[in-house]
Amino acid sequence: MRIILHIWRQRNASEKGRMVRYELPNVNQEMSFLEMLDVLNEDLTAKGEDPVAFDHDCREGICGMCGCMVNGVAHGPLPGTTLCQLHMRHFKDGDELYLEPWRARAFPVIKDLVVDRGAFDRIIAAGGFISVATGSAPDGNAVLVPKENAERSMDAAACIGCGACVAMCPNASASLFLSAKIAHLGLLPQGLPEREQRVVAMVAQAQQEIFGSCTNMGECEAVCPKGIKLENIAIMNRDFLRANWAGRPAVAQG
Amino acid sequence: MELDSKCPTGPIETRWDRHRFSLKLVNPANKRKHTIIVVGTGLAGASAAASLGELGYNVLCFCFQDSPRRAHSIAAQGGINAAKNYHNDGDSVYRLFYDTVKGGDFRARESNVYRLAQVSLNIIDQCVAQGVPFAREYSGYLDNRSFGGAQVSRTFYARGQTGQQLLLGAYQALERQIGTGQVKMFPRTEMLDLIVVDGKARGITTRNLITGEIESFVADAVVLGTGGYGNVYYLSTNAKGCNATAIWRAHKRGALFGNPCFTQIHPTCIPVSGDYQSKLTLMSESLRNDGRVWVPKKAGDQRNSSEIPEQERDYFLERKYPSFGNLVPRDVASRNAKQVCDEGRGVGETRLAVFLDFRDSIERLGKHVIAERYGNLFEMYERITGEDPYKSPMRIYPAIHYTMGGLWVDYNLMSTIPGLYVIGEANFSDHGANRLGASALMQGLADGYFVLPSTIGDYLASNKFDKIETSHPAVREVESQVACVTKKLLDNKGTRSVDSYHRELGKLMWEHCGMSRTAGGLEQALSKIPELRDQFWRDVKVLGSGDELNQSLEKAGRVADFFELSELMCLDALERNESCGGHFREEYQTPEGEAARDDKEYAYAAAWEFRGVGNRPDLHKEPLTFEYVHPTQRSYK
Repeated sequence: MRIILHIWRQRNASEKGRMVRYELPNVNQEMSFLEMLDVLNEDLTAKGEDPVAFDHDCREGICGMCGCMVNGVAHGPLPGTTLCQLHMRHFKDGDELYLEPWRARAFPVIKDLVVDRGAFDRIIAAGGFISVATGSAPDGNAVLVPKENAERSMDAAACIGCGACVAMCPNASASLFLSAKIAHLGLLPQGLPEREQRVVAMVAQAQQEIFGSCTNMGECEAVCPKGIKLENIAIMNRDFLRANWAGRPAVAQG
Repeated sequence: MELDSKCPTGPIETRWDRHRFSLKLVNPANKRKHTIIVVGTGLAGASAAASLGELGYNVLCFCFQDSPRRAHSIAAQGGINAAKNYHNDGDSVYRLFYDTVKGGDFRARESNVYRLAQVSLNIIDQCVAQGVPFAREYSGYLDNRSFGGAQVSRTFYARGQTGQQLLLGAYQALERQIGTGQVKMFPRTEMLDLIVVDGKARGITTRNLITGEIESFVADAVVLGTGGYGNVYYLSTNAKGCNATAIWRAHKRGALFGNPCFTQIHPTCIPVSGDYQSKLTLMSESLRNDGRVWVPKKAGDQRNSSEIPEQERDYFLERKYPSFGNLVPRDVASRNAKQVCDEGRGVGETRLAVFLDFRDSIERLGKHVIAERYGNLFEMYERITGEDPYKSPMRIYPAIHYTMGGLWVDYNLMSTIPGLYVIGEANFSDHGANRLGASALMQGLADGYFVLPSTIGDYLASNKFDKIETSHPAVREVESQVACVTKKLLDNKGTRSVDSYHRELGKLMWEHCGMSRTAGGLEQALSKIPELRDQFWRDVKVLGSGDELNQSLEKAGRVADFFELSELMCLDALERNESCGGHFREEYQTPEGEAARDDKEYAYAAAWEFRGVGNRPDLHKEPLTFEYVHPTQRSYK
């Protein structure tokens, strides 16, 4: 089938970008979306044109490295799917697709569809962990975790840190990402001692990175490839209020 | 060169404890005077960097991805083994040790494997404390399952995402150290060479993947946790970025390469659908618990699966291995699938697939039971192929999945270059010729959390380190060599893309050095690879410049290394005139068609020394002795 692509081309962070039109006359419907881009890049290379830069790695929907906006939707039209797991059979002959990088001030464009998501790492470094040095752990069964908590914790821990939530949010808020980690660790007994300082430190870091505020639009949940739930944001907000009442200092104790 | 494994002797149960006591310690006040470089942030690299940071060393940590959390350990599905015996089903450290030595087809060191089994206990404790959400029983206790044909339930898991959760645990521990400034992280930075000064590993030269800047970093020791080399085959279950550049360039600087031909093929992957295919996706092995593997009896049978009557189907695993049936180990299942396809009985458009059929299980147990057990896998299959496996059988085919070979290391995980440590899949140490399911995660974390942090101190405490700057002539020399290779690739003005060469090499390797190998095929590959490599250097086309994000340039450097490594793999496979584990030489099989080991001639680890591109490398042999587990023939009839 024939697919028309309009792709955001931007040489580097400082240069201005623009949309460029490409036509792919022979797209096989069994291809994944990224394989279609591979084919485009092979064509461009043959013609001596600079191939399109895009981030990707595992291509099985778990590493969180890939992703771009497809016709205004993060990771494209199929719910619960990363871009690498989206296949061309979900499109039809003659479709026109607009590909843009994640749009958020906290994710500056590096080149074409590649953005810098370092802000996510800095948020985790601020407090998204349990402080346990190697070797100091008690036996695995010394601390019991109710199955329900373990399951809910796992639901939140499934976040792959791709950034689709931020890209889709009209405010470019990182609340779904933040809250997934806060809920994952806060729902486990091991995570309780640092629960309050964790939320304060992570939220402070997110503000410093200039992510926007959450207004409960729910766009993040709608595009999340791993089905991370909005209820995590409620958990985060509750933890945040409680931590502030308790008067914890707003610094992570690393 | 004399290979000294530095393995302790005496009772195996106390070897690691006695060895640890004999290691020199670095005074806490002196730890901050040492800098250690860690390359790679998978389970091994991230856990090592975090643990070394906690100990007080200055750590410089590198990964080529945009974040340390992306490393390919994240994709491991099944679980992690530990000899906790929480189920009271007869498991023990000794049994895990025994199973691993036997599963590795008697080509691993007993001392290393025993330590791995011992340390497995601490790994689970550590991960639980970090908040890894392992599966739980209703009582709140940790749940276990039996995995990969093991007769005990020793596998801990977090749904089908165990690797992800363990990696996030290690990543969070690493980020905590980054937050304190103890570890300095360099994402999107690729190691392109190793700096050796006065015979010791003293640093690395890197390329900043965003700016293209070639930079060097010096340290007192270098740790490589850069994963395996399955992408030699182009199509594999590895992530697209997985590469052998770090270990290969260290090899060229003097680190011996151990058992390069030991590669593992996973039997249940989604088959190739076309020439554009970029990678293969693994489906968990657990599917073979309820799925029946079959092909049509008649070659070239093009009918739809539903039109082939029962008596015209060949359930070949059940027929050939009545007692294990569809649950035979990975290598046996893979080879048999290849065999029936070679006979022209493969299914699907490409004829390179076999059916994995759930019809009988659905009839017996009901669709809801199958959905409960494998719902997410069925969904994944449907997402990729567009077919509903509840209605028609899955099509599966084997794919490269893991490499047991890697840089040779001693018991301390140090390579033959003093100060260069290699951990996780990047080394050759613990799995012998075949890795058991749920053991890769165990080894990565054992090396990173518990083994390396102990052993590296001994090296730092017993050596003197002259201060060197990045202006040192040895550093400058390496930098200019790296810059020269980059320039050569960019100035080439060839006609073919990097990917087209990589695909061609991959096909060649899959054909001649894949699931089964013959002397003739390997010799053919050994004559074709250098030709193709020369053509690559003459004719590869890499656009763009070196001072920007240039993904073609990154790939070109990696593929250039694959060209050299692939030759060594074939040579090692040709040299090993026996079949063992993942290495199956058609000339060496039992009358029943099973792998025939030759313990008299080949009970050694092969360690190859680089002698220049195109020159025959030197083979060194580390003899393997088995004091506890006595070599037997594996049988699954």
